[in-house]
Order: sequence, then C-alpha cells, then structure tokens
Amino acid sequence: MTGTATLETRGLNRAFGSNWVIADVNFMLRPGERRALIGPNGAGKTTFVNLLTGRLRASSGNVLLNGEDITQLGEARRIRLGIGRTFQITSLFPKMTVRENVFLAVAECEGIAGKLVRSVFSHRPQVERVDELVHRVGLSDVAGVPAQLLPYGRQRLLEIAIALALRPKILLLDEPAAGIPTAQSHVILDIIATLPKEIAVLLIDHDMNLVFRFAQQISVLVQGSILVEGAPQDIAADARVREVYLGDSKHGLPAAA
Amino acid sequence: MTTIITILFFGIAYGMILYLISVGLSVTMGLMGFVNLAHGVFAMLGGYATVTSMNRFGVPFLPALAIGCVLVAALGFVLERTLYRHLYGRSELDQVLFSFGLILVSVAMVRIAWGPLAQPIQLPDYLKGQVKILDITLPAYRLALVGFGAVVIAGLWFVFDRTLFGARIRAAVDNRAMAQSIGINTSRLFAAAFGLGTGLAALGGGLGADVLAIAPAYPLQYLVYFLIVVAVGGLGDIKGPFVAALAIGLADTACRYFLPAAGSIFIFAFVFVVLIWRPNGIMERR
Amino acid sequence: MTTVSASPIVHAAPPSGIVRLLQLLPWLVVAGLPLALPGYEPLATQVFVMILFALSLDLLVGYAGIVTLGHAGLFGVGGYTAGILSVHGVTDPIVTAICGMILAAVTGLVFGVAMLRTKGLTLLMLTMASAFLLYEIANKATALTGGEDGLQGVSFTALLGLFAFDFRGKTAFFYSLAALFLVFTFVRALINSPFGWSLRGIRENDARMAAVGCPIMQRRVTVYVIASALAGLAGALQTQTTQFVALYSLSFELSGNILIMLILGGSGRLYGAFVGVPVFMLAQDLLAKQDPANWFLGQGIILIAMVMLAPGGILGIAERAVNAIKTRSGR
Repeated sequence: MTGTATLETRGLNRAFGSNWVIADVNFMLRPGERRALIGPNGAGKTTFVNLLTGRLRASSGNVLLNGEDITQLGEARRIRLGIGRTFQITSLFPKMTVRENVFLAVAECEGIAGKLVRSVFSHRPQVERVDELVHRVGLSDVAGVPAQLLPYGRQRLLEIAIALALRPKILLLDEPAAGIPTAQSHVILDIIATLPKEIAVLLIDHDMNLVFRFAQQISVLVQGSILVEGAPQDIAADARVREVYLGDSKHGLPAAA
Repeated sequence: MTTIITILFFGIAYGMILYLISVGLSVTMGLMGFVNLAHGVFAMLGGYATVTSMNRFGVPFLPALAIGCVLVAALGFVLERTLYRHLYGRSELDQVLFSFGLILVSVAMVRIAWGPLAQPIQLPDYLKGQVKILDITLPAYRLALVGFGAVVIAGLWFVFDRTLFGARIRAAVDNRAMAQSIGINTSRLFAAAFGLGTGLAALGGGLGADVLAIAPAYPLQYLVYFLIVVAVGGLGDIKGPFVAALAIGLADTACRYFLPAAGSIFIFAFVFVVLIWRPNGIMERR
Repeated sequence: MTTVSASPIVHAAPPSGIVRLLQLLPWLVVAGLPLALPGYEPLATQVFVMILFALSLDLLVGYAGIVTLGHAGLFGVGGYTAGILSVHGVTDPIVTAICGMILAAVTGLVFGVAMLRTKGLTLLMLTMASAFLLYEIANKATALTGGEDGLQGVSFTALLGLFAFDFRGKTAFFYSLAALFLVFTFVRALINSPFGWSLRGIRENDARMAAVGCPIMQRRVTVYVIASALAGLAGALQTQTTQFVALYSLSFELSGNILIMLILGGSGRLYGAFVGVPVFMLAQDLLAKQDPANWFLGQGIILIAMVMLAPGGILGIAERAVNAIKTRSGR
C-alpha cells in the first residue's frame, strides 16, 4: 500500500477577498524527497498545506498527484489517496489513550473501523501495527496514558504517529516542533529521520536548525509566491532570502559559507 | 376572508408571545453557548408574578407586568452570577441536565406555592371585548398583544442595532475571544444579557398569560416551542427568531383551524423539513 | 504498564476466562431471585426492562455523545407495535418483539438521517420534536392505539410455545432477564469493537475524525438505528410483560426519566444503567407517593447537585473513591 507519489501544483492560486494569499505557485514534491517550506510569518505556508490536502479549495490552478488532477477532490478523498498531514495546533482525542488515538486512525485506514462486534483486540494485525507506530515515535512507555496528560512535546509526536497510521505516500508536517524548546526538538528530528524512505516529506517550520538538518531541498515562500528553491547551503547564501529574513543571523540562518 | 384575517391576527399575536419569550434564549445561547432548557421557567415566573400581583394585590395590568419583568430579571441576574457561570465550559449533557434539574425544582416549588391548576387571569377592562377595525371584529386583547409586542420588539432591535450594549453583544456572539481581547467585559455582559433575556421572557409570560396558560407544567409543556423558535431562527440572532416565531404562530393557528384532527403533527413535521433544508436556521449566516 | 485509562469499562486488554466467568455471577444471583424473594418478580421485570431501555440510551448519550430527550419515541414505537400486532392476531412474543425492534429501527433511521446532520440545541430540539410527533400521531390515531385510554385487549401466547405468561410473572421475569443479558452482551461487545471506539473518537474530536477519513454521519446514524432497535425491544417487552401500552410510553416525561435514570448511575460506564434504574425507581417509590411535587423537587435537586458536585453519577463517585484509595495505598 505504501507506494511512492509525486505531488505537484501548477499555477496554484488562492484568494481571500481581493487578497491573493497564494499566488501562482508551481511546486513539485518528488517521491521520497525531503523538502522544507520556509518563509516569514504570514507568507501563506499553512494555507498552502491546506490547499494541498483539500481542506481549502483553490481559487484557480491545479494540484496533481502522480500527474492526475486532484484539484476538485475533497479532503477525505485525498487522505485515501495518500496525502497525510499533521496540524499546527495539536488536535488529538484528549481523553483517549495514546494507543487508542493511533488505533482510530489505523482502523479507518485499514477499513475495520465499521466492525461492530468483534473486539478491538481480536484484530491482531491492526493492533500490532498500532504498537509498532507507537514504538516508532517513541511513546511506548506512555501507550496507556490519556493524550491530554502528555507533555506538549510528546503530543506532537502522537500527531505524527496518527498521520503515519494513515499510510501516507506524502507527509506534510506543519510545524511539528512548534512550541517545543529548541533543546528538545531533536526528538522530533530523530523521528522524522526514521520515516520510511518512500514517503515524500514536506516540513514547514521556523526552527532553522531543524530545517537545515532535515532538508535536502528548501522552498522559500514569501507573500504567497515561491521566491527561490534550492539546496540548503544555496538558500542560506542567497541574498534575497537573507533580506527577507531581515539580517544574517536574526532568524537562525547559518552564516554564508 | 374574515377568517383569514382573524387567523392571521391570532397567529401573529401568538408568534409575538413566542418571540418575546424565546429571543432571550437565542441571545444567551449564542452568547454563552449554554443550552438553557430552563428558559421557560422565567416566562412562567413572570406570568405568576403578574397574575398574582393582579389577583392578590389588585395591581393594574401594566404595572403588574413591569413588576414581573423586574423581579424575574433580577432573579435571572442572580442565578447567572451564582449558578450558570460555573457551567459555561461544561459539556452539553451537563448543561442539559442542569437546566432540566432547574425546571424540575421550579415546577415543584411553583406547584407547592400556587397549586397545580392554571392561574385565572382577569384581563383589565380595556382589554376585554372586541374592537372593530375595517369591518373586522378582533379581540382587544390580541390586538393589544400585537401592538405591545411590536413596540417592545422595535425597542429591542434598536438596542441591538444602535446601542453600544447591543454592539458588544453582537461582537461577543460573533467571536467571544476577540471581544474579550478588545476589552469587552464578557462576564458582565453575560449577566446583563441574561437579565435582559429573562426579563423579556417574563414579559412574554405575563403578557401572554391568556395564550399560554400559567400553570406549573408551563416550562415543560412549551419548552419544545421555545427551542423550535431558536433553532429555526438561528442562535445568537434576534431577527431570525422573529421570522421563525411568526411562522410557527401562523402555521400553528392555521393548522388548528383548518386541520384540528392533525393537532401539532403538522408543526413538528414542518420544523423537520425546514431544518433539513437549513440546518443552521433559516437566516443562514456566513 | 500502568493503565490510567480514562474509560475503565473499556478494556485496556481482553479479559481473561476467569474474569468472564466471574462476570456471569451476578446474573446467576439475580436469576435466583424468585426463590429468595417470591412475589417481587413483576417489580424486577419492570426494572430489567428499564435497564435495557437505559442501556440503549447509554449508547447514544454515553458513547456516541448524542444527547436525546426523545428516546421514549422509539420505546413507544416498539411497545405499540407489539401491542397492535397482538390485538390483530399476531400474538407470539418473540415475533412481535422482533417486529417492534424492526419498526423502531426504521423509525430511528428515518429520524436519524434527518436529525443527525444538526448538532447542539438544534439536534436536542429535533429529538424532542420527533418524540412529540410520534406521541401526537398515537394520540390522534385512536382507533389503532386506543388513544388516551391506552390499548386494550393486549395478550400474548406462550413464550417458545412452552411458557405461558402467568399472573405471578415468573415467565415475564426470566424472559426479560434473558433479553437483558443478551442485549448487555451485545452492547458490551459493541463498545469494545472498532466501531465503538470510533464513536468515542467522534465524540471527543469530530474534526480530527474527519481528518483521518471517518464517515461521521454514517457512524452516527448506525448507532442511532441500533439504539432505536434496542429501545424498541424494551418497549415491546414492556407491553408483553404488562399486557398494556399507553401514551406514557411515548411521552417526554419518560424520555426525561430514562435520561435521569442513566445519569444517576453514570453514563458511558456500561453498568450505569444497572445502578441508576433501581436507585431511581426506589426513590420514586418513596417520594412520589406522598406528593408528586416533592418527587420533582427531589429529582431536580439531585440533578443540579450531581452536575455541580458529582458528574459521572454514582459510578463516577465510586470511581473517584477507588482511585483515591489506590493513590493513598501507593499503587
């Protein structure tokens, strides 16, 4: 079920009123790629993610998955086609345990969520998959703890586990390390580093440490348009990017080589 | 033709009463997001206060109404400050249970104090009898209901659309967090709105004492109608419920006249149809 | 692995064989009631039927998060179906019970599809309106339902062709107990199934459920239909064990009462119905006799007190007590 996929946008536009929040964006995420999307606040990064997943309708332009136009498809459909995401603002099932949280996603993905009578635990393959995912994000020791009792950083990890449960071919991580002290964000990075190679991952974050250690390629979004794309060192050296971020070291961009 | 006019009139009068009682619920529902099933209690208490002032103490009709309004608004204010405010964040179930419990307590206390029978209301002389308008004879009471109701409603709309208080309410209904962050004291606003809503309900209860009988079963018996007006009209709005209340009033009156065998079946079926068509109420905002 | 489970009744792991056997014990004890306390069978039957009714409500209120003040509508549909069928010659208890279930399920489907696209106050109001609609129909269709006087001439033939419904109510007792046991087993399995878990997910964060691809409306309608069928079964049982059905079975009063019974015991805890129903009926017996006003007052005060002080009902209080003892003994 995990294949690979290419996610592409052509001339993607989205307006709110007369404000073009996303303007003529041509973007490509290749199979297995590790790309980061950065840009100043208000650049439209989360809006872009919402357009990719179908939470928002495009005003014009196309979104393509493996060359097929999915622009008119809704969110649920795109999830089934393999586009997964995490949310900037944590959205979990607060009173349910970590295992239960992940199970809900696994069950929907594998089509057993509608099963009425057999106990959850009799669905062995799915239960094992849940434990595997919980282990993968390092939450095995709190598998039986209600989500709302977890420290914030671990909740972000649970978010990732839920996204992975849906077997995405494309994973959009919207500020996974947001709100986590820089000292601890390496935990998130470690998890992201272990993601299956076939999954294409788009990371949106402000933590430049995380971005530069993670990304093979970086896209810079400014005022709804892609300013420049390239390898991390090229982006760090790019004068326009530095200008946009108002100075060399203010936003943690590594110094030019 | 005369029948049509009479039905129209009775229907509008009934609708006005429903509106006066329910508009407070719509506002507090939209403002605090609190499912307050006990709203009818305040209308009932207003009715009891009015009727008792008239019957026991010989107070004339209009001052009796005012007494009912003021007393109940004060009670509403106190209850909001002491009980309701602790439950704003709670689940819908908790709010339903609480307000239902409040209904039961009020019904019991009222029954103990006034007995189980409906209160007789002696309309003032100037409201008894008929009035002739353009060849059509209409009961003076219903005429007064429509007129009085229209005046109150106009006043309410003015408060909502033109005053600072009204603007604050509309802002807080629209976006509570935002309203707080621009300095609106939502806590006091809630209390004031609650007092206003319950006061209006009391007015509706007292004014409509001859339409909706004042008896201990009142809050339970008419609950579903108040909820219908609010749900069909749209939460947090004061214009939507007006349309809804008039529609209900007219439909119910017409139905009782033309299809008495059907009873309230038509109304409920009608409500279902409307809400399937417009789940958020007939005045679709956003 | 410490399991600080938020829902202790939902198994953190499948229960062992011994536990399962121990869980059968209370049922066997209750089944022995006619020996220990003869004469109490009719009362016990009433309790069983109400517990079944409350269980069906718990699926909606406690698990799916659908608050309804119109559940008696489905109960009444089941009850009147059984009654009307018997008056017209179909008198086998199991057949009429199943018919009651089916009709209630269909009613639940029709109303559910219409109502469950709404939520909050609107949904609550519609649940009330649906029951009122059914009440009015039954009230007006006097020829069919007996109207205000109730349905006369209801009687059923022997259960399974062997056990006649006798005066002492022994057959009714075991019949309703068996039905309750079956329903309980079903409901418990349902709660522990992926479907049951997805209901909890929908209740806790429906936006997130949509984001993991869950067809929310479909799930909610399904549970509403199941709960309706079970309520219909309870209603049919009521008619069969009392040989009577009247408008009360469809009333707002009953809808309110069954909700209170459930909440008293504790919703979302599977056993809440078993605790709340007997407590309520006992309290009703004590208080309502002297003056109905006192009974209303008592109910109201208990409701308000419960919401303010002890959410989760009696079982909730018990839970907190057990947790307090656990923390104290350092487990």
